[in-house]
Amino acid sequence: MSDTDAVLSPRDWTSHSPYVYPPYASTVLRGPTKPLVPLKAQLSRLQAPVYGHESIGELDHDLTRNARRNGEPLGERIIVTGRVTDEDGRPVRNTLLEIWQANAAGRYVHKVDQHDAPLDPNFLGAGRTLTDDDGRYTFISIKPGAYPWGNHPNAWRPNHIHLSLFGQYFASRLVTQMYFPGDPLLGFDPIYQGTPEKARDRLVAKFSLDVTKPDWALGYVFDIVLRGPQQTPMEH
Amino acid sequence: MKLGQTPSQTVGPYFAYGLTPAQYLYDFRSVFPPVLASEDTAGEFIQIMGQVIDGGGKPINDAMLEISHADANGRYVTSLEEVANSGFTGFGRCGTGTDPQNRYTFHTIKPGACAPDEAPYINVIVTMRGMLLHAFTRIYFDDETEANAKDAVLNSVPAERRNTLIARRQELDGRVIYHFNLHMQGDNETVFFDL
Repeated sequence: MSDTDAVLSPRDWTSHSPYVYPPYASTVLRGPTKPLVPLKAQLSRLQAPVYGHESIGELDHDLTRNARRNGEPLGERIIVTGRVTDEDGRPVRNTLLEIWQANAAGRYVHKVDQHDAPLDPNFLGAGRTLTDDDGRYTFISIKPGAYPWGNHPNAWRPNHIHLSLFGQYFASRLVTQMYFPGDPLLGFDPIYQGTPEKARDRLVAKFSLDVTKPDWALGYVFDIVLRGPQQTPMEH
Repeated sequence: MKLGQTPSQTVGPYFAYGLTPAQYLYDFRSVFPPVLASEDTAGEFIQIMGQVIDGGGKPINDAMLEISHADANGRYVTSLEEVANSGFTGFGRCGTGTDPQNRYTFHTIKPGACAPDEAPYINVIVTMRGMLLHAFTRIYFDDETEANAKDAVLNSVPAERRNTLIARRQELDGRVIYHFNLHMQGDNETVFFDL
């Protein structure tokens, strides 16, 4: 039994939101409604895309420096670090983490975002980094602001950072959002609330004084768990 | 004890400058462009294009597709060295927000079948604002009737829904275009896999 014949542990449907979750209004016409067709494909055909260190620019992991024009971006400087592992705690090495977020005022660079808050000429809000041999990643940024959206009257998104990862496999793909501890908006946010209650805490970073750098930036820890190969041998 | 999977959250409406920046003309390089093959790549050059359509019949302008497929010999790319030699990256990403008709377009080569009893296909991930979790599907080819008929995965799909997985070939001015629309809901809802 070789690794190439292995299958991935299944998506844990008790940890993920349903496709259609009416409190998040746009899921109603966009989430698939018919039963999914089971597919046990060989992992050898479902490797994550290949990319190398040259895909990552020198400043890509530092969102406070990768788009400066005439000064530093405004806002509260933060360090975010954590480990990417599978469900058995094995590190996911050398894996790409893509990052995007609003600026300190709660405004995205994206052309579609018309929220009446200022853009920051020194902040793009996009970055990327790779995990090391222990599965650890670190990036530096500005704490994103909350912003209003049109889901329901007086709807506001909590502060959050968007993260995108593949892990080792095409099917361990994860797109998620990291939230901040103690945010009063979490209780009102249908995107966060769409996650089953027992799993919601996994979306909230922990403040860490150890990661915090004196006189420089606050530190947050956000560990990420992806699907990994199943231990049990499967029939070919 | 097993660690709990990190829950998925929506990609939201503003992914473009982070995930597909070059396509949307942001000043940031794309790691995964929608062009998977170069002039040196062996195989038949194809375009794959289509819309992602919501339950109200409207094309979606903020969806993102990711595709992964084998080369013309049915082999998957496993290293950067192979990419350098063949010009084939094996993976691409495209948003639906830059085309006036909200189409996605990939430029690639037609994959070969991975095994004699299988049809050639493309693995697809689709995600968008309004999806809290991405979905997996496949693209098969309508000029592979014989291979499609014996493909075990295609045969595992209810017969009346198989056509939602099959792209339509068009030859136009010497180019080969496969048309493939994704229907998120409705009678023609695309088959999505539990992968």
